[in-house]
Amino acid sequence: MKRFIFPLGVFVILLGFLGIGLRLNPHEIPSPFIGKAAPAFNLSQLHDSAKTISPQDMRGKVWLLNVWASWCGSCREEHPVLMNFSRQNIVPMVGLDYKDTRVDAQKQLIEEGNPYQLSAFDEDGRVGIDYGVYGVPETFVIDKAGVIRYKYIGPVTPEVLAKKLLPLIRELNRV
Amino acid sequence: MSKLKFILVVLVGYLCCCCIAQAEPAKSLAADPVLEKRMLRLTEELRCLVCQNQTLADSHADLAIDLKNQVREKLASGMSEQEVIDYMVQRYGDFVLYRPRLFAATWLLWFGPLLLLVLGFGFLIWKLTKHRTEAALEMTEADRQRAVEMLYEEPTDLKGNV
Repeated sequence: MKRFIFPLGVFVILLGFLGIGLRLNPHEIPSPFIGKAAPAFNLSQLHDSAKTISPQDMRGKVWLLNVWASWCGSCREEHPVLMNFSRQNIVPMVGLDYKDTRVDAQKQLIEEGNPYQLSAFDEDGRVGIDYGVYGVPETFVIDKAGVIRYKYIGPVTPEVLAKKLLPLIRELNRV
Repeated sequence: MSKLKFILVVLVGYLCCCCIAQAEPAKSLAADPVLEKRMLRLTEELRCLVCQNQTLADSHADLAIDLKNQVREKLASGMSEQEVIDYMVQRYGDFVLYRPRLFAATWLLWFGPLLLLVLGFGFLIWKLTKHRTEAALEMTEADRQRAVEMLYEEPTDLKGNV
């Protein structure tokens, strides 16, 4: 009986590792941007190509940058959550329309509602690459000093909003 | 005669057009074979973030194609391989590297297998020496005598009679 204890112990440890491994989401890659200044950009606005938008314009405010596209299915999933967030008027949210066409993006925002205060148009995805975007939607929380404090990958759910984004926004707003 | 000439001109012209049309799409790729080779060598070291178990060089995901273009551009603009790698790590973190860097958090990753090997050998040696000393200890002169008796004496029945 005694000689089974050692292999059993090893097996249980392995089981533990497997259990942890199964709970991890391999698509959640730790972002190297947390705690760093939001990369600068100067993009034309989605609705008016003559006007530009830059993270510099948002200085002094806590804000969200939501990367989305009209071709992105999971963006539709999070859309009602964003609409709801936008109606509460807590902090401004800027949309980054990633690798899209103006026509498609504008059409979608008209049909389904526009949760963004402003929308930047990243036609070739360069700004997306500068922000380390690898799957839309992605949502960044940026503080008053222009530092990225949090990045959420995938569609924002009411739970994520309530448990992660809103508490952080409240905390950052207090500073 | 002039009709034949006309047909010839049209044919030659058509062939030329075909050649040009076929040469066109390949041009951008083969524009600089040296650069292309450098780009491919570098992107083989980088992970595609969409497919994760594919290198950037292998992947045909949209993002991978964009990133390959970026790498090509950066190299063409005179950036060194290391600078391009730093550019990628800055954006996507250490995760993009297929060969993880050596720092405190990756020691176990790098040296774990070696550690397991050493532990395995240690265990083996420990087991073997223990076995040997036990064997040596157990064999007393009386034991040896008994063994010799058992081996060479005539078989006896249960009552001890020969």
